[in-house]
Amino acid sequence: TTVPNVQKDAEEVEVTFIKANGERVKSKGKVGDSLLDVVVNNSLDFDGFGACEGTLTCSTCHLIFKPADYENLPEKPSDEECDMLDLAYELCDTSRLGCQITLTKEMNGLEVQVPATINDARAVPDS
Amino acid sequence: STSATSYGSIEKKICIVGAGPAGFYAAQYLLKHLPNCSIDVIERLPVPFGLVRFGVAPDHPEVKNVINTFTKTAEHPKFNFFGNLSLGSDVTLKELRERYHAVLLTYGAERDRKLNIPNETESKNILSAREFVAWYNGLPGAENLNPDLSGKNVALIGQGNVAIDVARILLSPLDKLKETDITEYALEALTRSKVEKVYLVGRRGPLQAAFTIKELREMLKLPNVSTLWREEDFKGVPEVIPSLQRPRKRITELMLTSLQAQKSASNISNKQFLPIFLRSPKNILGNQLELTVNELKENAAVPTAASETLPSDLILRSIGYQSTCVDPEINFDQKKGLICNKAGRVICKDPSNNPEPGLYVAGWLGTGPTGVILTTMNGAFAVARTICEDFEANKIAHDEQKPGLDTTGKRIVTWKGWQQIDKAEEAEGKKHGKPREKIVHVDEMLKVAGV
Ligand SMILES: Cc1cc2nc3c(=O)[nH]c(=O)nc-3n(C[C@H](O)[C@H](O)[C@H](O)COP(=O)(O)OP(=O)(O)OC[C@H]3O[C@@H](n4cnc5c(N)ncnc54)[C@H](O)[C@@H]3O)c2cc1C
Ligand code: FES
Repeated sequence: TTVPNVQKDAEEVEVTFIKANGERVKSKGKVGDSLLDVVVNNSLDFDGFGACEGTLTCSTCHLIFKPADYENLPEKPSDEECDMLDLAYELCDTSRLGCQITLTKEMNGLEVQVPATINDARAVPDS
Repeated sequence: STSATSYGSIEKKICIVGAGPAGFYAAQYLLKHLPNCSIDVIERLPVPFGLVRFGVAPDHPEVKNVINTFTKTAEHPKFNFFGNLSLGSDVTLKELRERYHAVLLTYGAERDRKLNIPNETESKNILSAREFVAWYNGLPGAENLNPDLSGKNVALIGQGNVAIDVARILLSPLDKLKETDITEYALEALTRSKVEKVYLVGRRGPLQAAFTIKELREMLKLPNVSTLWREEDFKGVPEVIPSLQRPRKRITELMLTSLQAQKSASNISNKQFLPIFLRSPKNILGNQLELTVNELKENAAVPTAASETLPSDLILRSIGYQSTCVDPEINFDQKKGLICNKAGRVICKDPSNNPEPGLYVAGWLGTGPTGVILTTMNGAFAVARTICEDFEANKIAHDEQKPGLDTTGKRIVTWKGWQQIDKAEEAEGKKHGKPREKIVHVDEMLKVAGV
């Protein structure tokens, strides 16, 4: 994978990730990159994000979209994506898996929420 | 010797016991978020990764991608791997507690739960599914299991994902398995297998099924295998669908769609996957498994007087696991089969119910054997964060330097040693057109690692 800004010819798309604590992480990707690529290529610091490396077997790349953005996504989730989303914490009506979303020009300025998995009460062990 | 060192500059030494996902994810979090720490991981086997290597099915290589992240963690200069070292036999908890500021136990849940029915111990045709998994995945010590696959019918007791994995391995076309890292001896045994029907027996109904939708969909798509449901098991099920939450709704709809498809199917394969609901094992009578018929009352299975039998040349039990207490110092809950803890802090053995400073548990050892790697990851991150907070709040004493592990006289496999094993396995696998051929004997692992 190449660092996005060295590729001059591919069109750049700006994406902002909003962490659970409200922190806004601005980053850039190329048209054709997945949102997982954006996280990986920019070394964004989301613990555990993208564990299965985009092979649709983990749901750690879960992102929450604004309703309007969600509706405008070019493709509906496949059955397999929905199957993995079913296991995601904080699943909601506008959830998608980042590794399945491919950037288009139209997505420039997109804002997505990164769920706070480690704050999830269900994940805290207790006997 | 420590008095000269200023307080903040003392390296916080943490020992993690068990190199599975819980251990690796906790290490990753600590190395990133806890300033000036070093992590030693001790592992019973000469090789790392726990159930990612010895549990996850060979035909699911994508799930094992987490190994790449674990490897990155292991390459951190403050990470040390001590393979071939068992807590309880090679080193005691007391020793670790003295030699580290904090100890995190993540040694998993290895023992399987018994059915506790007549003839379970005597019968030759019953095995644990976990042993079967260990056998095809090359866990040292499991290579001589010799499961008898000469019969037509296999009954899996339990409907979790592990049971589904086993069903899939038993029914999958061989050419699919050949390209995986399944052990060569298992592949050979499966070549001679006469198994045609695999039953999946659960004590409750379709609405309580424990398998996840991904695993079910994969079964339904398996070439040359027919999935056949019992229609009576779905009585009343379509009616409740509208009231279900999304995940439960989708999996139930998938089962009902498959049931409909089965009714209009023109040809049925010899190889069959047969989920059976509302039945509990009662007795083993040779190659017949006697089942109690259950009724569902408020989501619980209530036994009735009725029973039926299922032809079962081989029975594989898969009703969950338990951890074991490997060291007498551990405050272990024998009934639940896990370490007594509050949000990952191990509780003192005395009646105070206070957490023991500097002792933690994560992964299946602390939560019980539920959930997927993602669940384990979240839990391990949360416990690691607790450790960071406890250091910060000085709940863990760290005003004194700690020596770390005493390795004298121990045959230890380092991370370099593991990498040699890894290379050798990949090279051997290449010869068979597989990603790797696992070394299954500890002696040979040690030899390859140069120990
Ligand atoms: C058959 C099977 C298949 C699975 N498949 C999947 C899947 O496809 N996808 C998924 O997401 N999850 C899967 N899981 C679940 C996943 O494996 C667990 O969530 C996860 O491995 C639990 O991690 P852990 O670190 O708590 O335990 P483990 O992975 O069991 O790790 C414990 C480690 O401790 C070591 N150890 C044991 N005793 C000692 C000792 N005395 N001293 C030192 N070390 C010791 C063990 O050798 C092991 O390496 C599967 C589980 C099983 C059983
Ligand atoms: S990275 Fe695992 S599902 Fe997207």
